Amino acid sequence: MEFNVKVWRQKNAKTKGHFETYHIAGIEEDASFLEMLDILNEQLIREGKDPISFDHDCREGICGACSLYIDGRAHGPDDHVTTCQLFMRHFKDGATITVEPWRSAAFPVIKDLVVERRAFDKILQAGGFISVRTGSAQDANNILISHDKAEESMDAAACVGCGACVATCKNGSAMLFVAARVSSLALLPQGRPEAARRAKAMVAKMDELGFGNCTNTRACELECPKGITVAHIARLNREFLKAKFSD
Amino acid sequence: MAEKLNSKIPEGPLSEKWTRRKSEIHLVSPNNKRKLDIIVVGTGLGGASAAAALGELGYNVKIFCISDSPRRAHSIAAQGGINAAKNYQNDNDSVYRLFYDTIKGGDYRSREANVYRLAEVSAAIIDQCVAQGIPFAREYGGYLANRSFGGVQVSRTFYARGQTGQQLLLGAYASLNKEIAAGTVKSYPRHEMLDLVLVNGQAKGIITRNLVTGEIERFGAHAVIIATGGYGNTYFLSTNAMNSNGSAALQCYKKGAFFANPCFAQIHPTCIPVHGDQQCKLTLMSESLRNDGRIWVPKKKEDVEKLRRHEIKPSQIPEEDRDYYLERRYPAFGNLVPRDVASRAAKERCDAGFGVNETGKAVFLDFADAIKRLGKQRVAERYGNLFEMYEKITASSPWEEPMMIYPAIHYTMGGIWVDYDLQTTVPGLFAIGEANFSDHGGNRLGASALMQGLADGYFIVPVTIGDYLSKKFAEPKTDTDSPEFIEAERAVQARIDRLFSIGGTETVDSIHKQLGHIMWEYVGMARNEEGLKKAIQEIRELKEKFYTSVKVPGSQYEFNQELEKALRLEDFFEIGELMARDALNREESCGGHFRVESQTEEGEAKRDDANFMYVAAWEYKGEGKEPELHKEPLKYEFIEVKTRNYKE
Ligand SMILES: Cc1cc2nc3c(=O)[nH]c(=O)nc-3n(C[C@H](O)[C@H](O)[C@H](O)COP(=O)(O)OP(=O)(O)OC[C@H]3O[C@@H](n4cnc5c(N)ncnc54)[C@H](O)[C@@H]3O)c2cc1C
Ligand code: SF4
Ligand code: FES
Repeated sequence: MEFNVKVWRQKNAKTKGHFETYHIAGIEEDASFLEMLDILNEQLIREGKDPISFDHDCREGICGACSLYIDGRAHGPDDHVTTCQLFMRHFKDGATITVEPWRSAAFPVIKDLVVERRAFDKILQAGGFISVRTGSAQDANNILISHDKAEESMDAAACVGCGACVATCKNGSAMLFVAARVSSLALLPQGRPEAARRAKAMVAKMDELGFGNCTNTRACELECPKGITVAHIARLNREFLKAKFSD
Repeated sequence: MAEKLNSKIPEGPLSEKWTRRKSEIHLVSPNNKRKLDIIVVGTGLGGASAAAALGELGYNVKIFCISDSPRRAHSIAAQGGINAAKNYQNDNDSVYRLFYDTIKGGDYRSREANVYRLAEVSAAIIDQCVAQGIPFAREYGGYLANRSFGGVQVSRTFYARGQTGQQLLLGAYASLNKEIAAGTVKSYPRHEMLDLVLVNGQAKGIITRNLVTGEIERFGAHAVIIATGGYGNTYFLSTNAMNSNGSAALQCYKKGAFFANPCFAQIHPTCIPVHGDQQCKLTLMSESLRNDGRIWVPKKKEDVEKLRRHEIKPSQIPEEDRDYYLERRYPAFGNLVPRDVASRAAKERCDAGFGVNETGKAVFLDFADAIKRLGKQRVAERYGNLFEMYEKITASSPWEEPMMIYPAIHYTMGGIWVDYDLQTTVPGLFAIGEANFSDHGGNRLGASALMQGLADGYFIVPVTIGDYLSKKFAEPKTDTDSPEFIEAERAVQARIDRLFSIGGTETVDSIHKQLGHIMWEYVGMARNEEGLKKAIQEIRELKEKFYTSVKVPGSQYEFNQELEKALRLEDFFEIGELMARDALNREESCGGHFRVESQTEEGEAKRDDANFMYVAAWEYKGEGKEPELHKEPLKYEFIEVKTRNYKE
């Protein structure tokens, strides 16, 4: 297969970026999107050009590093996958493919397609944990959790922290990301004691870091590679209100 | 050179050693802990758990990683589960049995005392993880669920769907975040360690490159913990994440830390076969699949031919024409034999011409029976996301046709030599997780790496490091303007300058691929003397070629992934050579290391306990010089050493 790849190039956070288009041929249908970029990079280096920077690591859809906005969609045209799990068989031979970084005020561009997502770490540092010291835990089977509750908590815990929800949201809100963490812990008895406080602290941090407000457009849910649903946002809101009332 | 390798194993009965060691260890008072700085390199299960636990104790911790967030460490990708001797299933599991299985699975090449301790603390890991809010799989009664993994006959593996590593890492990362918020830990993401700094022979800091700005920076401490994972990517194609590398371990080796058993690399039997030469990463299909999946190839060559020509589907081959070769050869363990055994058996069938895809390098993993027996829903609960992942990659559905799998490089048992305290031969330098060599001998059992990483990080190193630091709190903060730091920084800078000055035309990856071919061909699943010698020769030649023909584009002072890869590849050459050298020295077949010269008539691995029951610890002797081999004899006082037998 062959493609024209129209890529956002930006030297660093301080310079302005622009699109460049490259032609690439000889791509196998079974190649992944990132393998296609690898091959393109090999070609660019051989031509004496600067290769395209992009974040990636596991290439299995689990680390959350890859973060490309492809043809106007976070993680590209396939549903419920990260960029690294996108395969070239989803594209038409000869197509022009547009590749951009996440665009959000809270995620400044570092270079080309690489953005700074430290804001996510900061939100979690504000309260995305259970305050347990190593060594103080009771026997694991002393805490009973119904099969369904554990599964529901796991659904939320599957968030990979990629930021597609933010990149997709017209307000640049991180609500789905925050809700996934809050909800996953709030569903478990171990997470209850701090549930309200956690919700409040994380939402406050999100606001402080320049993420936008959630206006319930539900766009995030459609683009989340891990199928995190807005039902978790409802749970977050409940925890948040509880915190408000107890203030 | 006996005193160079003092493993410091405590005296006394096996079950009392850890208790005894803990009671001997000097404590550091809380106000002194605040004066002590610790550097942790790596944020995988080992590093994140260690940093969190040390922060809780009140030390000043700095933690470093390559990725943009600690949460993205390679541990995140672990799928299947984590072992613990809880005996929740009442299937007669115990600390002793977990210990025994691990020693046996490792083919009697690991230390009894270390492995026993690992089994001993395993239960507390699960308690800790549940308390952190990790949503492990549950039975309908609300109790924790378990599954089995290869090489054992009990059910002791805890799991969170096929995302156990992710959940455990997010737990450790949450604890780390708690400590970052509390101010005890400071996090340095996108910082790559490029050298270790010694002052008066003790580990006192590291040199890093800020991957965003390109600046070289110095960090000082009273002790350094290496938790940088394994070196499987020496082979280019492996199941490891793209940024996994062996560089930090190699830097420590060059500064005096011995490197142990480098040749022990694990080849995992259930990976998605290579699809073409454009590939840069292999995908693992979790070992947990072998609980319910059955591995087979056709009995008849005609069927193989038809499969390769896509004239028939695997499901059309009748039962009696299938060779479930693991069940046939190893009736007692069947599809759940250890990884090394399963991998070699797959290679044997494929070499005999029964490989089921066009390349001849694939076997089937079939779920038809499981779906019949358990129903679609139960199977989906257990493996749903793995099936989905397989289908995404291959465009074939495991619900309809069996998966195709083939062995691939997955894990490295070898690593930095450590004593019982997890301290290396360099005072003040500790190594934990996959980066050390300690617990898995010649072969690691499934679900034991996560256990080891968390055991080291939560429960062992935070205690043992205290003994070293109890003598250090009066020392002032490490001065990073000392001549040692300046010299280390200069050396790193020279390395980088050299790479940019080459100005060739070859890409880093294209050369790394060639290294991978050499490694897989000669230091892969079957090794022999001639091939290993050839490997050493070819690696050297390739390294020379690298220094004359590689092209590293861009500059140092920017985000530059090609520079990162080039620096890592320089180190992979040396690791590859060390692996081949160690494999050449070890003239026996043992665990993942199979020397063609040493096999039984039935083609099973033949160990040589009389001559090789030791840890091979290599000491760096300088550029271009042969490393020196030190032997740490392995003594088995508490279990009887047997030939591994998975047939009966
Ligand atoms: C696909 C897959 C599935 C697996 N499944 C299982 C399983 O089910 N059960 C099981 O027990 N084990 C499993 N394993 C093995 C297990 O995941 C690993 O052995 C384990 O996670 C290693 O953890 P670690 O903390 O030692 O290192 P890693 O998780 O590899 O972390 C290394 C860290 O070091 C950092 N780093 C590396 N070099 C540098 C440097 N120079 N400077 C700064 N930072 C650096 C990295 O950024 C990273 O943070 C699996 C492995 C793979 C590949
Ligand atoms: S909620 Fe979904 S889209 Fe948002 S960070 Fe998590 S996985 Fe990514
Ligand atoms: S590279 Fe890890 S999720 Fe895509």
